[in-house]
Amino acid sequence: MVKLKELPGNELVQGSYACAGCGGILAVRMALKVLGPETVIVTTPSCLLGVTTFYPQLAFKVPCVNVTFPSTAAAISGVVAGLRRRGKSGVKVVGLAGDGGTVDIGLQALSGAIERGDNFIFICYDNEAYMNTGVQRSGSTPPGARTTTTPVGRAGRGEDRPKKDMLAIVAAHNIPYAATASIGYPQDYLTKVQKAMETEGPAYVQVLAPCPPGWGYSSHLTVKLARLAVQTGQWPLAEYEGGRLTVKEVANPRPLNEYLALQARFAHLLASK
Amino acid sequence: MRAYLNGNEAVATAVRLARAEVVAAYPITPQSTIVEKIAEYIADGSMAADYIRVESEHAALAACYGAAVTGTRVFTATSSQGLAYMFEMLHYVSGCRVPLVMAVTNRGLAAPWTIWADHQDAIACRDTGWIQLYVETAQEALDTCLQAYKIAAHPEVLTPVMVCLDGYVLSHTEEIVDVPDQEAVDVFLPPYRPEYAVDPARPIVFGIGAGPELYPAFKHYQHQAMLRAREIIEDVDREFAALFGRSYGGLVDPYYCDGAEVVLVLMGATAGTAREVVDDLRRRGEQVGLLRLRSFRPFPVAALRSVLAGTKVVAVLDRDCSFGYEGVLATEIKAALQGANVPGTPEVAGFTGGLGGSDIRPEDLAGIFRRCLEAVRRRDRGESPAVSGGCSENGKAEGINLWLS
Repeated sequence: MVKLKELPGNELVQGSYACAGCGGILAVRMALKVLGPETVIVTTPSCLLGVTTFYPQLAFKVPCVNVTFPSTAAAISGVVAGLRRRGKSGVKVVGLAGDGGTVDIGLQALSGAIERGDNFIFICYDNEAYMNTGVQRSGSTPPGARTTTTPVGRAGRGEDRPKKDMLAIVAAHNIPYAATASIGYPQDYLTKVQKAMETEGPAYVQVLAPCPPGWGYSSHLTVKLARLAVQTGQWPLAEYEGGRLTVKEVANPRPLNEYLALQARFAHLLASK
Repeated sequence: MRAYLNGNEAVATAVRLARAEVVAAYPITPQSTIVEKIAEYIADGSMAADYIRVESEHAALAACYGAAVTGTRVFTATSSQGLAYMFEMLHYVSGCRVPLVMAVTNRGLAAPWTIWADHQDAIACRDTGWIQLYVETAQEALDTCLQAYKIAAHPEVLTPVMVCLDGYVLSHTEEIVDVPDQEAVDVFLPPYRPEYAVDPARPIVFGIGAGPELYPAFKHYQHQAMLRAREIIEDVDREFAALFGRSYGGLVDPYYCDGAEVVLVLMGATAGTAREVVDDLRRRGEQVGLLRLRSFRPFPVAALRSVLAGTKVVAVLDRDCSFGYEGVLATEIKAALQGANVPGTPEVAGFTGGLGGSDIRPEDLAGIFRRCLEAVRRRDRGESPAVSGGCSENGKAEGINLWLS
């Protein structure tokens, strides 16, 4: 179990252009405290790339390899092989992608890399839509959510399909370790990052990362929403390890309304007739 | 050592001799036998490399890119649809100045579906920022792959190279190839150790973003490097010749062009047929020559002008088509000569042929020369010199397989 008080104070990502209250950059910042400086990041065009790697303001203090949107995990395989040839197998290779770059356009490459059994960690920061391009729906958008491509109107009621079950998809690859987490529960999240790091072979962590402009809430509520998502049963904290799936039980679930009412993307579901 | 190799085997041999350390590739006809051979080399222990068995060509190039930025010599190969699928990654690799080498076993693009040779696949990637070298023989395929690693990684170039060889005609046709000794190749190609590589001790971002105030500078540097590559390609060819005794002229490979009235310009294996036709016409007293373009990008404007300036008609044979205009090479040759701005600029007659593996026979090339020579005679008589009429010696007017643009 990771002890939060023992995490290093120094930052490996600092000075980014991320929005106030960005759940994504928080997910990356926290993970890097566990991963440490002997890490290589592989990422793709996304909010993360946009806010951390625009020359000359480069926010990462670890090497970062940016690649095309579909290719995070393919480039990871190359970096892993290259470092092995250079005798640097101890360096951790970490893929960072949003939900679109993971469950949609990046899925084929991720499937390939997991199937090949390469030694890497893939962290999907899930903000449940294409935020970088202006809040379009992704395969990870929850049902009912209003996005710019699932608008609400006389005939439209927001997203009409369930969220893609990515954990089941990676589990079907017999992945050694996979988990879901929330930035609202840092000890749980970082313990899972630690386990992913210690896993021999591929490991996958999908972390809920609320997005103030995309979800439509005030930026001080990011952590609160990340907790409410778990407490209302909207975001299960799960682990797939040694072929077994375990889901953390929510002892006293809170009413779903508490979670939905804080977000403009669900406002139409609650509006009185 | 002399060996009986086809073009694809020659490429695989070069990759082994170059000591490529990471190979990522996806099967596609007619490229596949290159990477099958490399997989064999790795399996039998004669090549120490990681072979990444990727799930697509897009992933192949992404994996090569990832491996290359760690400071390893990498290789991939593809054809046709696979190259088209890589299109997005091509720009990333060149823009990031990653000196990859890729063999492109040229094949037409669907639809209609085809597996046979033309140059449409690579020509369609003209503006991706890759150096494109087209070869004539299996021997040249081997030698050019070795040269390509040297050119790409030159500190003033840092630009990826496609080595283009015609599908089947080169890829699957055996010839006697002189395979250089490993010791000699090691002298020519020392291990690849770039100045910038992934290293946690010195964090660097590969593939930055750049706003409007900086983006043009990166593209300008890229362009300057590609222009500089024209000299480096020639230098490397000379250095190769000094070590191995074989030279391909660097950017262009002229054959009987001195004093020629008509010169045929083309790329790839068709040059072999064209040499025979030129020999035959020369024996009959016709002043004809062949200019094989080896480097399509960078485009060797000065070399082309100096060879073609004194000619009366330049025939260009394209194994590609820019639909709605003409063959791409024809356009480029016209532009190069127009820019020369010298009196007596030769007429350029563009022919398109050999698409989707259709044969380019000696009589087809003879027909092109005949029509161009007739135009020269008309010019000599003070008549309108435009090249016109049927293509083939056998009297077919406008051939479906070969047409005047």
